[in-house]
Amino acid sequence: MKRILYILPLALFAAVVAAFFAGLGSDPSKLPSMLIGKPLPEFSLPGVVAGAPGLGSTDLRGRPMLLNVFASWCISCRVEHPLLLQLHAQGVPIDGLDWKDDASAGASYLRENGDPYVKAGNDRSGRIGIDLGVSGVPETFIVDAAGRVRFKQVGPITPDDWKQTIKPLLARLTAGS
Amino acid sequence: MIAEIGQFALVLSFLVALVQAVVPFIGAARRDSALMAVGRAAACLELFFVGLAFAALAAGFMLNDFSIALVAQHSNSTQPLIWRFGATWGSHEGSMLLWVLILAINGAALVTFGSNLRETLQARVLAVQGVIAAAFLGFSLFTSNPFLRLDPAPPDGAELNPLLQDPGLVFHPPILYLGYVGFSVAFAFGIAALIEGYVDAGWARWVRPWVLSSWIFLTVGIAAGSIWAYYTLGWGGWWFWDPVENASLMPWLIGTALLHSSLALERRGALVSWTILLAILTFSLSLVGTFLVRSGVLTSVHAFAVDAARGVYILGIIALATGGALLLFALRAPALKTGALFSPVSRESAITLNNVFLVTLTSVVFGGTFYPVFMDILGGEKISVGPPYYRIWFGAVAVALLLLVSFGPMLNWKRDRITDVAERLKWPLLAFFVAIVMLVAALGLGNLLASFGISLGLFLIAGAAAVLARRFRREHGPIRGLAQLLRTTPLAVWGLALAHAGLGVTAIGITAVSAFQSNVVLAMHPGEGVTLAGSRITLESLEIIRGPNYEANQARFVVDGRRGPRILYSERRFFPVSQTETTLAGIGTGALGNIYISIGDRSATGGTVVRIWDHPFVDWIWAGVFVMALGGTISLADRRLRIGVASPARAALVGVRA
Repeated sequence: MKRILYILPLALFAAVVAAFFAGLGSDPSKLPSMLIGKPLPEFSLPGVVAGAPGLGSTDLRGRPMLLNVFASWCISCRVEHPLLLQLHAQGVPIDGLDWKDDASAGASYLRENGDPYVKAGNDRSGRIGIDLGVSGVPETFIVDAAGRVRFKQVGPITPDDWKQTIKPLLARLTAGS
Repeated sequence: MIAEIGQFALVLSFLVALVQAVVPFIGAARRDSALMAVGRAAACLELFFVGLAFAALAAGFMLNDFSIALVAQHSNSTQPLIWRFGATWGSHEGSMLLWVLILAINGAALVTFGSNLRETLQARVLAVQGVIAAAFLGFSLFTSNPFLRLDPAPPDGAELNPLLQDPGLVFHPPILYLGYVGFSVAFAFGIAALIEGYVDAGWARWVRPWVLSSWIFLTVGIAAGSIWAYYTLGWGGWWFWDPVENASLMPWLIGTALLHSSLALERRGALVSWTILLAILTFSLSLVGTFLVRSGVLTSVHAFAVDAARGVYILGIIALATGGALLLFALRAPALKTGALFSPVSRESAITLNNVFLVTLTSVVFGGTFYPVFMDILGGEKISVGPPYYRIWFGAVAVALLLLVSFGPMLNWKRDRITDVAERLKWPLLAFFVAIVMLVAALGLGNLLASFGISLGLFLIAGAAAVLARRFRREHGPIRGLAQLLRTTPLAVWGLALAHAGLGVTAIGITAVSAFQSNVVLAMHPGEGVTLAGSRITLESLEIIRGPNYEANQARFVVDGRRGPRILYSERRFFPVSQTETTLAGIGTGALGNIYISIGDRSATGGTVVRIWDHPFVDWIWAGVFVMALGGTISLADRRLRIGVASPARAALVGVRA
C-alpha cells in the first residue's frame, strides 16, 4: 500500500509528459482556429475609449480586415504594437478587442502607445474571447468581406508573418471581394 | 579560426562528458579507485573544454566576427562592447553554452571541495552530472550549434533585441542559471543516494550548502529579472505571471521547500525520501524553466527559439531525467531507512507544513502556466489564465504560509506544546493584532485586506526578532546580554532571522504597492505640471539625444515631493537597425515609494503622452528579497565552516571574527 505513494510521483509525471508531447504536436502559434471558414460569432461590445463607438460583429463586414485581440496587461502586445501602428498608417483596417481588461486601462494603453484601430471594443469579462476561442493575447483574426474567419495568428505578428502570410492573404481576399 | 577552436572544444567536451557519465559509475560499482579518479579528472577537463568553447564564442561576439551565423544574427558592430559580450548568451544557442559552462563549474567545484566525501558517493554524483552534461552538449551540437558559419560573411550583423541591451542582460541570466544549474548537484546527490540505497549524515551535510547556494542565486536572479522588467518594460509592473517568470518561480518555491526539508534531514534524520523527491523535482522544474520556452509548448516574450526538433529533444531530456529519477525513486526509496519520528507539534511538523504549502503554491503556478495545454488535451477551449487567477489562489495559499513562518523557528525539534510556542511568540502576536487595529483605524475598513497584509509582514519581522531575543540572556543585563547574544548565536540563526524578516519586508512591499499605487496619464507640453500623491511633477523640456546605436526622445521632469525637488529623465529610444522602440522609465526611488515616469508618443494635440505612477513601498519588495538572499549567504558561511571540520561550531565561529 505504502509503495503506491512512491509510485505516485512517477505516474503523475508520466501524465504531464504525455500532455506536453501532445501539446508539442500542436504548436500553439500555428494552431488553426476552430472558427476558420466560419462566420464570426455575433457580439456587440462597448467602446474602449470613453465616448468612442463600440465594436460589433457587423462592423467586421464589407471588406477584409484584421481583428486584433489585445490587453493593457499583455507584454507581447506591446512588442506587437509598433507594427500595428505601421499597418494602420498604411491604411490596413484593424479592429481591436480589449480582452479581460478595464476599459480605462485599455484606453490609457491606447493613449500612451498610439491607437491603430478603426474601432475598439472592450470585453471586460472575456466572454466574447471565449466565443472566439482566444487562448491568450495577442491574437489576430483575418476576417473576409462576408465576416468569415480566414486565418488566426496566435502571438504577436512579426514583420515576417505580415510579409509572408497576412499581407498576401489580405491581398487575395481584397481581390476576391 | 576562433569558431573552429570553439567547435573543436565543444566536440571534445561532449566526448569528455560521455566518459564522465560512464566511467565513474563503473568505478563506484567495482570500488575501483583508479576508475573513480578518471571521473574527477574528466570533470576538470570538462570545465577546461566548455570554458574554451564559451570563450571562443564570447571572442567571436566581442571581435565582431560576423562570419559566425549566431554573431551575425544577434550582434551589431554599433553595439557597445558590454552588450556584445552580453549578447553571447542573449540567444538560444549561446545561453545553452552558458548553461553547460555553469554545469561544468559545478562539476569542478565538486572535485575541488569534495575530497572529504565518500569516494563512491562523489563518483556517482559526478557521473550523474556527466550524464546531464552529455545530454545538453549533445543538444547543443546536434540541434543548436553556436559555431555555424555564414559564407559569405555579412558586413554587419542584425542587432541584439534592444530590450536586452541593458545591464540586466549581463547579470540576470548568469545568476539565474547559477541557481538553476546548482540544483543539478542536489539532484545528482539524490540519484546517487537512491543508487547506493542509503543516506548518511555526510550526504545531508553536503547537499544543504549546495541547495542553499543555488537558492541564493535563484533568489537574486529572479529579483534582478523583476527589477529589469520594472524599469525597461515601461509600464510600472514588477511581476507579470508570464510563463517564463512562472518557470523561474516554480523551482524557487520547491527549492525553498527543499531548503527546509534538508534542514530537518540534517539535524534530525527526518523526511529522508521526501527530501530526495524534492531534490528531483526542483531540478526537473529548473529544466522546465530553462527549456520550456524553446519547446513551443507555450509562447512567451522570452521565447528565443521555437523549433519542433528542439522541442522534442528538450522534452525528451526532461522526460528521461525526471522519469528516470522518479522510476529510481519508486523502486529504491521504499527501502531507504525511514527517518526519526516526531510529534504533531514540533519543528519537523512545521517544516512538513511549510513543504505542503510550498508544494501547493508550486502546483497553483504550474496549473496556471500549463492550463491552456491541459485544456487543449482534454478537448476544452484553449483559454489562458491571467493575473486574477494568481491573485486569488496564489494569494490565499501564500497568506496561509506566511502566517506560519514565525511559528516554525520557535518550535523545538521532536516535540513541543502549542501553549509554550504561543507564550514565546506573545510579543510578535500582540504586535500583529495591534498593527491590524491601528492600520484599520488609520486607513479605514475598506483597506482591511491591505492592513492585514502589512501587519502580517510586521509579524514576520517581529517573529524573526523573537528568534534572536529568545537567545538573549536577560540575567547578564542589556550590554553583556547583547554581547552574549552576538557571541553565541550561530551564523545560521542570524541567517534564518534575516531571511524570515526579509520575507516580511517583501510582503509589506507587495501589499502596499498593490493596494495603494496610483497613476495618471496625460498629454503634456514643456512647462506643464501635474500633482500625484503629494508630488508636483513638471515636464521641463524635451530633447532628441543620440546614443551609440539609438536615438532617443528624452524628457526632463522636475519632481517636487516629500524630499524636495529632484530631476528625472525618461526616454523613449529608437533603434534604427532593428526598427524597434524601447522605453526607459525615469524612476525617483525612495524608501517610502517611487515616482515612475514613462513617456509615449506625441499625442494628437502635439503634447507628449506621459504616464506617471506613484508606487508606495515598491522597493521594499526587492529589498526584502535581497535581505532573504543575504540571510542565506550568512547561513552558508556557517555551513561551510562546519563541513568536514571536527571542531565544534563555536570554535569555527571565533575563527570567523578573528
